[in-house]
Amino acid sequence: MLQNGSQVNNGVNVAALLDARQALTHAPEAARFKWRATCNWVNGTHSRSTVSSFYGLGGEQMRKVEFKYDCDHPEVFASEDNGATPVEMVLVGLASCLTAGVAAVAQHRKIQLRKVTAHIEGSMNIQGILGIDSDVRNGYDGIKVTFDIDADATKEEIAALVAQSQRRSAVFDIITNPTDVAVEVR
Amino acid sequence: MLADVVIIGAGHSGLAMSAFLSQHGVDHVVLERGQVANSWRRERWDSLRLLTPNWLSRLPGHRYDGEDPHGFMSLPEVIAFIDHYARLVAAPVRTGVTVMSVSERDDGYHVITDADDWFCRCLVIASGAFGIANVPPVAARLPPFVRSLTAREYRRPQDLDDRGVLVVGASATGVQLADEIQRSGRQVTLAVGEHIRLPRRYRGRDIQAWMETLGILDQRIDNVDDLVRVRRLPSPQLIGAQSTLDLNALTTRGVELVGRLQEIRDGRALFSGSLRNQCAMADLKQQRLLSGIDRWLAEHPYSLDVQDAEAPVATRVPERPRLALDFARERIGTVLWATGFRPDYSWLHLPVLDAKGRLQHEGGIVSAPGVYALGLNFMRRRKSSFIHGAEDDVRELGYELLAHLDALDVCEEPPRRRGATGWNRMGASFVST
Repeated sequence: MLQNGSQVNNGVNVAALLDARQALTHAPEAARFKWRATCNWVNGTHSRSTVSSFYGLGGEQMRKVEFKYDCDHPEVFASEDNGATPVEMVLVGLASCLTAGVAAVAQHRKIQLRKVTAHIEGSMNIQGILGIDSDVRNGYDGIKVTFDIDADATKEEIAALVAQSQRRSAVFDIITNPTDVAVEVR
Repeated sequence: MLADVVIIGAGHSGLAMSAFLSQHGVDHVVLERGQVANSWRRERWDSLRLLTPNWLSRLPGHRYDGEDPHGFMSLPEVIAFIDHYARLVAAPVRTGVTVMSVSERDDGYHVITDADDWFCRCLVIASGAFGIANVPPVAARLPPFVRSLTAREYRRPQDLDDRGVLVVGASATGVQLADEIQRSGRQVTLAVGEHIRLPRRYRGRDIQAWMETLGILDQRIDNVDDLVRVRRLPSPQLIGAQSTLDLNALTTRGVELVGRLQEIRDGRALFSGSLRNQCAMADLKQQRLLSGIDRWLAEHPYSLDVQDAEAPVATRVPERPRLALDFARERIGTVLWATGFRPDYSWLHLPVLDAKGRLQHEGGIVSAPGVYALGLNFMRRRKSSFIHGAEDDVRELGYELLAHLDALDVCEEPPRRRGATGWNRMGASFVST
């Protein structure tokens, strides 16, 4: 850890996060968020999703730009490979969430980061999605994340960063715990 | 009936406050729904022993003087210890009196019981922190052939049928019950969420002795970052014995570890995939405490005769922790909820509870004038809920209470007095109006 914690800068505004925590403790309604995406079919297994608005802090929030994500499947699935597969997007979500968490926790604990890389791998038996074996689940049977972290901290402090990041991660929670999903047609 | 102070509960902390008030000549009564040390008599499992060694289990003016200072009191011994204290301090306990309601009345409180009604100026809530066993909402979705039992209702393994048992929660309660039920021949699955791992002994000394030496048990509420969080921490994985009872010990014994119970659906329990991280966090936290002990020893090299440091083994997590448990297929007969306890305030009709039903207080000074609490988790110090934690809390809150009574005496105008000596705290007995 650096001698002077005030020099630590991971680009995370911890003061703002702590202010928000304080404010939302007393305003539970403002803490209710709705995250959204819209997905349009393009062709074959190729789709394009857009992400722009969300609801939170008691009102509609609009981003400055609209984000676009192409998803497809690789050529071994007889697809055109126009983008990552949706299951890879899930890995992207988990790795990004944990990495953001590492940065935020490090800032809060006054640990200067130099390099953080998360390698993530999910294992899957595609006999499930192909309907070959009904005992095989569709989704991942395990996900492994390996972090390489270069920081001004001991091995134990870095391990604690990564542990706390999981503890506060929304995507880690979404993946490790059941979520009720409603799919409708209108 | 009138009293300056009504103490609710004749456990160790209510009795300690009674002793303090007697010393200061304050008229008071202790109302107890059952007998002295009632929850120890009626709401604990048979094999329970205190988690603190005998030498540490002390009350103001009373300490263990038996032959096994490093042992741990059994339930009958705890009951005898508290019973003896009640007689020693001649506490004015009314046993078999259940408080039904407490409400505001003039500048005091009206205590309705199933016997007499009481009017008092000060109230001490010493009814314990473990009145209600928490049961998560998923319990409602248990299949009908599975028995749902709380740690407060459980007594001994022989009361369970011979099918498997899912123990939910890996605090002190959860690991102790998992251990004895597994030993009884019933297969135990233990659902593990956030937990605190502690070795019973480190470098040849009891862990509670270390925590006392390092001042951790005395740590005050103004000295912690997140008080709400530390008050909600589960109790550490300890047993009142000379051995360590952590998850590795349970795994060796044949207990199957699974993640936190998240959902019950279609006759199956679903567990979180977070077990690895929960164990990693507990290992890291334990190591920080042990490193703190090592640092203290380095700074105080000649103060204690200790053994070499032994590095604890990392918690062994199954390679593929089970994510679901089918109650019928796996022959699970009982779910035992070791998911924490909370105080029962259903009788407390004062505007002092928050939206979640928790008592609002600053170090035991409740947000209604003249009302004080005792024995709650980390109430003033980490040791507040321990037997030996009563001493400091009672002394400090006792003086707060005396100051409150003095202020009332100064402010009170004669017409509001009830009878000649009615609200005069120096009077040993009251003339009822």
